[in-house]
Amino acid sequence: MIPAKFDYIKASSVSEAIGLLDKHGDEAKLLSGGHSLIPAMKLRLSRPEILIDISGISGMNSITEDGNEIVIGANCTHAAICNSDLINSDLNILAQTAKCIGDIQVRNRGTIGGSLAHADPAADYPAVVLACDANIVVEGKNGSRTIAATDFFLGIFTTSIAEDEIITTIRFPKVANGNYQKFFQSASRFAVVGVAVVKEGSGVKVGVTGVAGTPYRATAVENAYSGNSDAASHAIEGVEDELMSDHFADTTYRAHLAKVYVKKALEA
Amino acid sequence: MQISLKINGKTHSHDVEPRISLAQYLRETLSLTGTHIGCDTSGCGACTVHVDGAATKACTLLAVQVDGCEIKTIEGMANGNEMHPIQEAFKENHGLQCGFCTPGMVMTAADILKNNPNPTEEEIRHGLEGNFCRCTGYHNIVKSIQHAAETLNS
Ligand SMILES: Cc1cc2nc3c(=O)[nH]c(=O)nc-3n(C[C@H](O)[C@H](O)[C@H](O)COP(=O)(O)OP(=O)(O)OC[C@H]3O[C@@H](n4cnc5c(N)ncnc54)[C@H](O)[C@@H]3O)c2cc1C
Ligand code: FES
Ligand code: FES
Repeated sequence: MIPAKFDYIKASSVSEAIGLLDKHGDEAKLLSGGHSLIPAMKLRLSRPEILIDISGISGMNSITEDGNEIVIGANCTHAAICNSDLINSDLNILAQTAKCIGDIQVRNRGTIGGSLAHADPAADYPAVVLACDANIVVEGKNGSRTIAATDFFLGIFTTSIAEDEIITTIRFPKVANGNYQKFFQSASRFAVVGVAVVKEGSGVKVGVTGVAGTPYRATAVENAYSGNSDAASHAIEGVEDELMSDHFADTTYRAHLAKVYVKKALEA
Repeated sequence: MQISLKINGKTHSHDVEPRISLAQYLRETLSLTGTHIGCDTSGCGACTVHVDGAATKACTLLAVQVDGCEIKTIEGMANGNEMHPIQEAFKENHGLQCGFCTPGMVMTAADILKNNPNPTEEEIRHGLEGNFCRCTGYHNIVKSIQHAAETLNS
């Protein structure tokens, strides 16, 4: 399969990429690892006229420490996240998550910025950015702004990034006690259900992906939490009408899996 | 668009259409047909090559994206007539039947062993998640990679 024709431009800076996005509007699309966009273009689900390759922009693939935060460049590959000592020690939940994305080849190429921007309802990172209260930093023609993870995902393949904006970094607070539990779709390795839990003091933060069209914070679980996993029974409270269904898991099975995986993550 | 890249140690420059995948470029422009295209949808791993040392599915990568990169394909694994230890291990352990998946398996195996010279059987099986084989049932592929690890470490 060969995608429809397009022009290809390699951007050398964030401002050049923003200028091109501003100039070409919805005819243009950013290209990072290409592991969501290229398959979609082959299937004609996406037909951009211009691809702006941002993968070579220097400074967009660093992983650094800033006080109590870890700042991850949008172009960091899943493999770079798996292999980062800093992430393995101070944000282990993210390393755990990156390790269960796709396969070696996908992890070598796909990026965290691309995954968040794509907002696949079965993607893994959304659960973790939600549970960690990460911030997504975007830059556009009017400057830069920070979007809280809880305000970032708007629906299936939909986020609050504006057309002229590009994700530059993702800022995570350091997390001492967190884990990610995933029920794999056996062919694609995407999450049928993925649950991230971060424990802080006597409280807990729970992010859920794969279950509803929009990844969500399971606030009912958080409110009911009293130190054990009983609160898992509240896993789908508030999203009962938005449950996804496909030939791998209908709504009843997904709802069941959500509870089982919240329980697992609370007990881990 | 003009691209220039190093493939198996040799520099190649061509004018390519942006929509051509690296897999197509290797096979059709350079006649390096060792890189197979199975699914063309990033599922099967038959097209796996190394881009700057990392195993990558060449069907899901545009040739223009790897302008300036170093590519290694299955054709670049042997040293003249001497097979690479991973290739030798596949031959010795009956790691292939029809051979369609084999180039991708060998390239992925090389990535697994580069990052983890002593993998457990489970680690090898996980490492092969992106590579499908319709013939062998995987057992002999895993055995081949275990034997290749022994040779490479000795
Ligand atoms: C076989 C296979 C298995 C996979 N399995 C999983 C899995 O188990 N779990 C999972 O979570 N994912 C999985 N994925 C998806 C993978 O993680 C992708 O790499 C990821 O979703 C997209 O990242 P990318 O860098 O490849 O983005 P691209 O494909 O380059 O881009 C995706 C979208 O994001 C936009 N974009 C890219 N970068 C930016 C940026 N910095 N700012 C704004 N917009 C941007 C692009 O315009 C495009 O719309 C799989 C993919 C494949 C092919
Ligand atoms: S041909 Fe590339 S993954 Fe199947
Ligand atoms: S040997 Fe035939 S597909 Fe693997």
